[in-house]
Amino acid sequence: MKTARLWLKGRSELGLAALLGVLGAVVLWDGLRLNTPYSQSDPVGPRTMPIIVASLLLVCAVLLAVNVIRGGQGEAEGGEDVDLTHPSDWRTVLPLLGAFVLNVLLIDVVGWVISGTILFWGSVWALGSRKYVRDGLISVALAVLTFYGFYLGLGIKLPAGLLAGVL
Amino acid sequence: MDALNLLMQGFATAATPMNLLYAFIGVLLGTAVGVLPGIGPAMAVALLLPLTYGMEPTSAFIMFAGIYYGGMYGGSTTSILLNTPGESATVITAIEGHKMAKAGRAAQALATAAIGSFVAGTIGTALLVAFAPIVVQFAVSLGDPSYLAIIVLALVAVTAVLGSSKLRGFAALGLGLGIGLVGLDPITGQQRLVFGQPLLADGLDIVVVAVAIFAVGEALWIAAHLRRNPLKTIPVGRPWMGKSDWKRSWKPWLRGTAFGFPFGALPAGGAEVPTFLSYVTEKKLSKHPEEFGHGAIEGVAGPEAANNASAAGTLTPMLALGLPTNATAAVMLAAFVQYGIQPGPLLFQNEPELVWALIASLFIGNTLLLLINLPLAPLWAKLLKLPRPYLYSGILFFATLGAYAVNLQAFDLIILLVLGLLGFAMRRYGLPVLPLILGLILGPRAEESLRKSLQLSAGDISGLWSEPIAVTVYIFVALILAWPLVALAWRRFRPAAPAADSTSADLPPSPIFPSLSHHEDGRHVGEHAGGHAGRHAGEPFDVDRPVSADRPGNSEHPVSGERPGDRDRSENEHNHETRL
Repeated sequence: MKTARLWLKGRSELGLAALLGVLGAVVLWDGLRLNTPYSQSDPVGPRTMPIIVASLLLVCAVLLAVNVIRGGQGEAEGGEDVDLTHPSDWRTVLPLLGAFVLNVLLIDVVGWVISGTILFWGSVWALGSRKYVRDGLISVALAVLTFYGFYLGLGIKLPAGLLAGVL
Repeated sequence: MDALNLLMQGFATAATPMNLLYAFIGVLLGTAVGVLPGIGPAMAVALLLPLTYGMEPTSAFIMFAGIYYGGMYGGSTTSILLNTPGESATVITAIEGHKMAKAGRAAQALATAAIGSFVAGTIGTALLVAFAPIVVQFAVSLGDPSYLAIIVLALVAVTAVLGSSKLRGFAALGLGLGIGLVGLDPITGQQRLVFGQPLLADGLDIVVVAVAIFAVGEALWIAAHLRRNPLKTIPVGRPWMGKSDWKRSWKPWLRGTAFGFPFGALPAGGAEVPTFLSYVTEKKLSKHPEEFGHGAIEGVAGPEAANNASAAGTLTPMLALGLPTNATAAVMLAAFVQYGIQPGPLLFQNEPELVWALIASLFIGNTLLLLINLPLAPLWAKLLKLPRPYLYSGILFFATLGAYAVNLQAFDLIILLVLGLLGFAMRRYGLPVLPLILGLILGPRAEESLRKSLQLSAGDISGLWSEPIAVTVYIFVALILAWPLVALAWRRFRPAAPAADSTSADLPPSPIFPSLSHHEDGRHVGEHAGGHAGRHAGEPFDVDRPVSADRPGNSEHPVSGERPGDRDRSENEHNHETRL
């Protein structure tokens, strides 16, 4: 049991192989259920491309799994602000995702100005800034400015939501 | 000269005050995002796409052109002042550039980079003017079978040649092709991968996918690994060069341009190989080889010029064939589609005004860059100090805003999130982003050509190779795919070749930040520090895993007299034999 867990550690990439496999299977299943009426004008039909793509995904899934089991690893992407010496910091990422999801849920209800403020303020907090007042002011300013900028500059009316009468 | 006339008309379109303003904005924005860590030109164009819906396509593309060249320029500033190249194209610049900056010659390094970029960009754009019409003339004569073959070549070349793991490249390509399938089948009108979800029936908006993969995925990825103690920036004054700097720079500029343009124009040339070749060449030809590794100006001038010339070269297949070969070109192509403009050889016929205004604005943008950026360099250096929470929150904020503004539906934000997480996973596990975007854009076009080809041959599969050009192109595809075998055979049968030309010795031990290691030429990282070897090509990088400090395969091993390019690839094979 313990050895199995140890073996699995560092092989989380198998999850990616599984994802590729599942996606390949879905594409294949979806492709096979299409009708292909034989017609002179379209001998290839709508199925061919999905089948090619599904095969590619499935082959990649199998090869990737083999590769990972044999000890291969993808190289994580570097960058100016990326420090790969520590593992993924979920305490930053999860709140960040939370702010994002909150915005998705709220945007059509309370409007962009409020949900956008929450999004920016929440993200800044998640990323480690603790200057609540300054962050809040910047968030509100950004949300309001983009709301009017889109409306006046581009003619795109973002939802005003709760503030419909005010803005 | 027909092309010249058209170009002059292009200048007339591009030089109106409004369009000049857009070029100016594009150049400023491009440089800013190039300087800012975490944002590249591809992401910048993706984020700006929604904002340009209300604009004339011509103006939008003039702005994108500015961003394209501006981003290249900004990237070199970062790598010189911060020594952490953000993109692969500026890795080589950082080697000598940062050494110069440390030695108090940041101003000269920036100046030779800026002027070299200008020279290379201008010559490169001129070459584009000369070659694009020829390529178009050749391309309009192509039938569907040949066009399909060329698309396959572009996809295979980008996937198999760039990046360090072919397997992971093809996985990314499969994902992109799969995303491209979503929606209605163009001929029979049946729904594919729609799952009864009416909002998916129109297919996924390329803008939303691009923003998700480039912006959301990147921001989440950086957030997960945010460097808590930002790197030190070297302060800089106004860039300038002395007489001897000019004397030592002008030849490398020209040679770099000669390396860069053809590589950029190839389906999978990219900027890594030409910058590397330029560096090696300059080191060999230099009268001061001892300065290399301690801040030799030739080592900045040559690669920077190669980088920019390759950017111009990339536009040749992009405009003439509708084939993008780097991420920024891919997003710009997505923008064409968004405006309902059909990319490909007919672009020059159908939209001559747009194309030539775009090309003219490349000249204008290039000149603006030089004029604006020499005095503004100290300001750009300050931009590097922007607090990171604001920077990355801002990316998420504008990504959300842009994706939402396309259709004003929260559903797009869910897609944005799902694909953003996919982008995160791809960065975590080393799946390159470019094949995905190319697959998404070129997949539907490949399918169209495939169906048309077989329609012409009434279902006979030999219709696919009914044109000589198609046959030639497929031979190239086969060669690219079989290359590892060829290289293996070569090594086996010619083991005794004299090790006369070992390029590895040409690269100095480099203190470059680990990001160097994620390119083919990452070997010099392994060269200088055993402890870092683990970083090489991301081998045991997972912290969960015991780091085996020194993988024997990573450090330098003498290789027989191959060309540097061969060596890149063969060594790659060698290192990654377990990774395919």
